[in-house]
Amino acid sequence: MRLKKGLMISAIATASILALGACAGGGGDTESPAAPQEVEFEAGTTMAELNEAGSITIGTKFDQPLFGLKGLDGNPVGFDVEIGKIIASELGISEDSIEWVETVSANREPFIENGTVDLVIATYTINDTRKEVVSFAGPYYNAGQDLLVLEGNPEGITGPEDLEGKPVCSVAGSTSEKNIAEYNVDLITTDTYSNCLEPLRSGQVIAVTTDNVILAGLADQNPGEFEVISNPFTEEPYGIGLAKDDTDFRMWINDLLEEIYEDGRWAEAWEATAGTVLKTPEPPAVDRY
Amino acid sequence: MSASVLYDAPGPKARRRNVIFSIVGALLIAALLAWIILTLAAPRISANGNETPGMFDQSRWDIVSEPLLWDAFLQGVLNTLRMAAVAAFFALVIGIAFSFARTARSQWIRVPTAVLLEFFRGMPLLLMMLFIFLVFSTGSYWAGVAALAIYNGALIGEALRAGIAALPRGQKESGLAIGLTPVQTRVFIEFPQAFRQMLPIIIAQMVVLLKDTSLAYVVAYDELSRTIKNLQNFLGNNYLFTLFIIGLAIYLAINLTVSWIARFVARRSGPKMGKTTDGPKVPGADGTQALILPLRGDGPGSGYGGGAGV
Amino acid sequence: MDAIIESTPLYLEGFVETLKLLAISGVGAFVVGVLVAAMRISPIPTLRTFATVYTELLRNVPLLLVLFFCAFVLPILGVDFDYFVLACIGLTAYTSPFVAEAVRSGFNGVPIGQAEAARSIGLNFGQTVSLVVLPQAVRMVIPPLINVFIALTKNTSVAGVFFVIELFGASSRAARDHGDAVILVLLYAAFLYLVITIPLGTIAGAIEKKVAVLR
Repeated sequence: MRLKKGLMISAIATASILALGACAGGGGDTESPAAPQEVEFEAGTTMAELNEAGSITIGTKFDQPLFGLKGLDGNPVGFDVEIGKIIASELGISEDSIEWVETVSANREPFIENGTVDLVIATYTINDTRKEVVSFAGPYYNAGQDLLVLEGNPEGITGPEDLEGKPVCSVAGSTSEKNIAEYNVDLITTDTYSNCLEPLRSGQVIAVTTDNVILAGLADQNPGEFEVISNPFTEEPYGIGLAKDDTDFRMWINDLLEEIYEDGRWAEAWEATAGTVLKTPEPPAVDRY
Repeated sequence: MSASVLYDAPGPKARRRNVIFSIVGALLIAALLAWIILTLAAPRISANGNETPGMFDQSRWDIVSEPLLWDAFLQGVLNTLRMAAVAAFFALVIGIAFSFARTARSQWIRVPTAVLLEFFRGMPLLLMMLFIFLVFSTGSYWAGVAALAIYNGALIGEALRAGIAALPRGQKESGLAIGLTPVQTRVFIEFPQAFRQMLPIIIAQMVVLLKDTSLAYVVAYDELSRTIKNLQNFLGNNYLFTLFIIGLAIYLAINLTVSWIARFVARRSGPKMGKTTDGPKVPGADGTQALILPLRGDGPGSGYGGGAGV
Repeated sequence: MDAIIESTPLYLEGFVETLKLLAISGVGAFVVGVLVAAMRISPIPTLRTFATVYTELLRNVPLLLVLFFCAFVLPILGVDFDYFVLACIGLTAYTSPFVAEAVRSGFNGVPIGQAEAARSIGLNFGQTVSLVVLPQAVRMVIPPLINVFIALTKNTSVAGVFFVIELFGASSRAARDHGDAVILVLLYAAFLYLVITIPLGTIAGAIEKKVAVLR
């Protein structure tokens, strides 16, 4: 008797807990998208597939001011996000049907490889090592690695050579970290760039290093405290990461990028996001390899 | 050992000494707290002489009136609880399965299970979550739940095994004597008793599980501590301290509540067992949750150890 | 396979740092934990309350927040050390209540008759604890303590977020350098962690068996 009652209670508990997990674990919406434009694609291409499905999964950063930053309502905003929206609308997918997934640096390649995301637009620097695993469309912006120091530049830093042996902060596992390590600095790392601001304030480090746009965003969020040296010492072309052998999709995106460079949508996207802090640059030449 | 055995009941001198100590101690702690608050409230001087407002300044706390902030926090808390509840459930299931496998009569099941258990207990949760996340490309939610469930399931499995081993042998023998198969004996006689005996330890492990959800940040799951990080990124680094305090308060509230519930259950199920020694030693679970079942109704002595996280 | 060979120097550095964190925090946690346990059973109510509050507070805060406090708030308060030291402080503080609980459970495991006998022949508190209870408790305290240290080993991975080099951080660097072999890289890191935790677990099990026989 008690056993049966126990079993029944367990069964009900199980059912409710699984329901809790299932319905809560979801998150993608299933509304049928209203395609903003009717477009036709060649059958068998990724574009056609995505158009058919009516939704796309884009990986982006959720913690980079100006490029991909998660707002209080849960949706990311930024330049990368805007580029993603343009691509989606050209694929005939409405803005609401874009699923934004956060890609931290370590899982950008695995996500593309195992198909968790269709594209990665996440301040993703193009380099040859990565090209062996994924392919890149673009670049859609040329950043450069730079240094952030305290306002007034008390240490008089002009470039990475001045940092030899000095403490510098960056993010573990990022290309910025790798690049600055070549200058024999005393590197400390954390998992997100804004954590680096505290050590900079207290003097534990004398500079924070990453791409200049990210630094500009950080400086802007904390007015009057920091300044960017504005002497970029690397080239960081940001590209759109996608599956390695998907040449059709890549070429299509490259075509689209060249189009939006011309017709001003790129500049518009910039001005709405990063342009609030940085000047609008010239769009970079697309690299078709 | 109840503390009062180790020393005499305080006489008048000792009582006076205790009162003096209490007052001095209270004053010292109050002074320390006051110093901390004052230092934090003073304007912050950066290494370049730049002055920013103190930690308790209005400019750092103006976001508190922003309702979207509390929405985000609420979402973080709900995510935390969701992950903890489902992981706890699966941890129980896995724990039960592990305990059966570990005490199976066939060596082919027992030994690999033991190896597997050692493996899961030794791996950091961060690594396990990341691994499940990338290899099985589940979403971040299920990666976190799976890692938490497997790790805590392994610990609970060990606890249950120790519970069964600590039962008087007569239980199993009488089960077999009345004609039940070994499996039936295990399921109907030994297991319920072991479960009830180990319940405080298991609940204590659940508290640990709740704390460990904070590690799900590594798979980008938006539980409470990641919410703090996201908000800091969005609202600005100058709110870091504020957000930290809010998050700390919420975590303390949730954890203390669950701990209190655990202690309540421990008290209720303890003395009923009628044991006069403390509970069976749980290898692997001791130290991570050294639960002391009350000795002969000994109230204040019964604390319990929550597991060290990860 | 190249991924493993090439990332070995990185991993070794992280491994050594993790061992350093483990050793220093382990010793610190042990000392503080024993102190707290002693306070918990002491005759002075103030000390008992302090120990209880300390334990409850630190046991109910996630490690992430404890380390956050040490890395970000302590420097503001003027505790201006290297981040490695701050991380050790954080890990010590977080692990000490568990050590205290383990020690206390060891204490409680000694039969109450021992303390009663000691008191009845006139030993005071200090003598009872140090001459009679502690030596017997030590035997039973070691397995739970080792489990606490196993947990500490794994907790060092969280310190990587707060400006300290350790094994888990090394694995994310290796993952960046070898984007095609991320799984392998993570398995390698897991293996190195197991190199520390499995021997500790085995020792705990062995001591446990020995103690059981003696009792």
